[in-house]
Amino acid sequence: MLTGRHGASRQGKGDMTAPCMWCRTRTIRARPGVRKVAMEEDDIIEVRDLEHTFDGVEAVRGISFTVRRGEIFSFLGPNGAGKSTTINILTTLLPLQKGTVRVAGYDVAREAAKVRQAIGIVFQDDVLDRDLTVWETMEFHGRLYALPRDERHRRIDEMLRVVELDGRRDERTKNLSGGMKRRLQIARGLLTRPEVLFLDEPTQGLDPQTRMRIWDYIRQVNRTGTTVFLTTHYMEEADMLSDRISIIDHGKLVVSGTPEGLKNALGEDVVYLETGDDRRARESLRDVREIRSISESPRGLSITISADGSHCLPRIVERVRGAGVGISSVNLKKPTMDDVFVHYTGRELRDTGA
Amino acid sequence: MSATAWEFLTVYWREMIRFVRFRAQLFSSLLQPALWMAFFGVAMSSNFDRFTSAVPVPAGVVPVDYLTFMAAGVIAMTTLFTSLFGGMSLLFDKNWGLMREMLASPMPRTHIMMGVGLAGMTRSFIQVSIIMAFGILLGVQFFPGFPAGRIVLSILGIFAFVGAFSLGFLLFSSTISMRLETPEGLQGIMTLLTLPLFFVSNALYPIQAFPPLLQALSAYNPLTHLVNGVRYFALGSDFFAVGARYTYTTGDVLFSFAYLAVFAAVMYLLARRTFQRAVVT
Repeated sequence: MLTGRHGASRQGKGDMTAPCMWCRTRTIRARPGVRKVAMEEDDIIEVRDLEHTFDGVEAVRGISFTVRRGEIFSFLGPNGAGKSTTINILTTLLPLQKGTVRVAGYDVAREAAKVRQAIGIVFQDDVLDRDLTVWETMEFHGRLYALPRDERHRRIDEMLRVVELDGRRDERTKNLSGGMKRRLQIARGLLTRPEVLFLDEPTQGLDPQTRMRIWDYIRQVNRTGTTVFLTTHYMEEADMLSDRISIIDHGKLVVSGTPEGLKNALGEDVVYLETGDDRRARESLRDVREIRSISESPRGLSITISADGSHCLPRIVERVRGAGVGISSVNLKKPTMDDVFVHYTGRELRDTGA
Repeated sequence: MSATAWEFLTVYWREMIRFVRFRAQLFSSLLQPALWMAFFGVAMSSNFDRFTSAVPVPAGVVPVDYLTFMAAGVIAMTTLFTSLFGGMSLLFDKNWGLMREMLASPMPRTHIMMGVGLAGMTRSFIQVSIIMAFGILLGVQFFPGFPAGRIVLSILGIFAFVGAFSLGFLLFSSTISMRLETPEGLQGIMTLLTLPLFFVSNALYPIQAFPPLLQALSAYNPLTHLVNGVRYFALGSDFFAVGARYTYTTGDVLFSFAYLAVFAAVMYLLARRTFQRAVVT
């Protein structure tokens, strides 16, 4: 049986018995130093009262959050909201000005070198040396982190197989497609087996099919125990991938929670009912507490519910049926991340020039 | 997997891949010094030798023709140009975002500049070898009457001087590159520096005939010290060229080398400071 963090599948996600993608071909050696200071509730990232100013402009204005070991955590917000500044501070590229930040158990200000050893980064743009080959790109990275030669070469082979680029190892990176470049960057970010993988806008500028594939890789990476921190301005990306989301706007955290929790908390689920007799149906629903309002729409009755609509729906159907009214169609519309974003920031993300 | 002392070799490795892979740059950097020798050197030597043949050569002193005299200057000039622009790759790294990969890695930042520095030094060594080989084909009389052992030592001596000089200017160039935003800016600064460095030196002509101010300035010019070292090793400690007699004592040559070493050390400290404070996002 596999032990250690590579074998540890996350509960409720993924298949517990699935072989770890790193370990398939090799035995796991204990990695000294991985299990270090046990942080509170195993938080792998801890940010407190972070502030950052560029030439008098406050880019980040006092944010605090934690990321739990093993989760996918998203920073959702428009461009210029402070996402990149935050990720740059967390990855030690920007010096810490104010607040405390701990990543993988180390303080970014005082123990930058240890933080750097523990993390992997996939940068926003295609940060690849155009004139190096795929293999050389990986080799360069592995050598930067002083991975021993044999181990390095074995891992490069492994990672290139995982992202399905092993057939292109001698190709110059300038000849790769956008999706391949992104995959190569993910492979590179994972080469050192980081405890946290930072992904800055991982699917920006990719076509929908490629995006889905990148999402699959991210999930696969996460299933092996790697914590993922990603920034995005795509609503559906944050929604589809994350265990938890924090919405950031104007340098402040607006709201945090699970995608479901955020959407449900809006209390704006809408049930559309097509019935044989709208008047009698309305009558029968008069005393259902969770119903905020009922109106008639082209799609039948439009019922706004202040609680989780999926739990109310069966009762609504029972009531209407109980009153002897036939139902020809039922539709539940949950709020989307767009609705959540509009609700908390007062504007649509796509209007912000994102 | 902890940091070792050898990661700068990684940066060196990548720089050398770039060197051989950018074909146009590779050929121009190898061809340029040869062209200087072939055209400027041959043209000037036919003139200078005509003027200076009237000056009597003192007894017992080795006469050196102009082509041979200026070959040392071309070695110095090529090293200067290559080194001054050697930091340019850092500027591209920075502008294309590649620098972030290195800055976010556990590798100490001094390794970035040392990797770039050693790669630039290697390029200079290759160029210098080509100039010497090509020069000898053209009729440059380096190592006159030297036994084989002394030739080997002389070549090593030339490389030591070229190495110290190029490292200093590569570190200088790296510092400027880290502080600038555009390649145009670097180009401007370097072009501005090249002219006085090159012409206020003994690379192409003797400084004995300079006005006193220029003579004093040239004594502080690292290029003058590089040329001194190269001429000492290539031509010996006592020779006659362009109407002037040149004598170098061992002390002179050691001083010149120390001057270059101190210059490199100061540039190292400057570069280290710049790299440790650099923020690239």
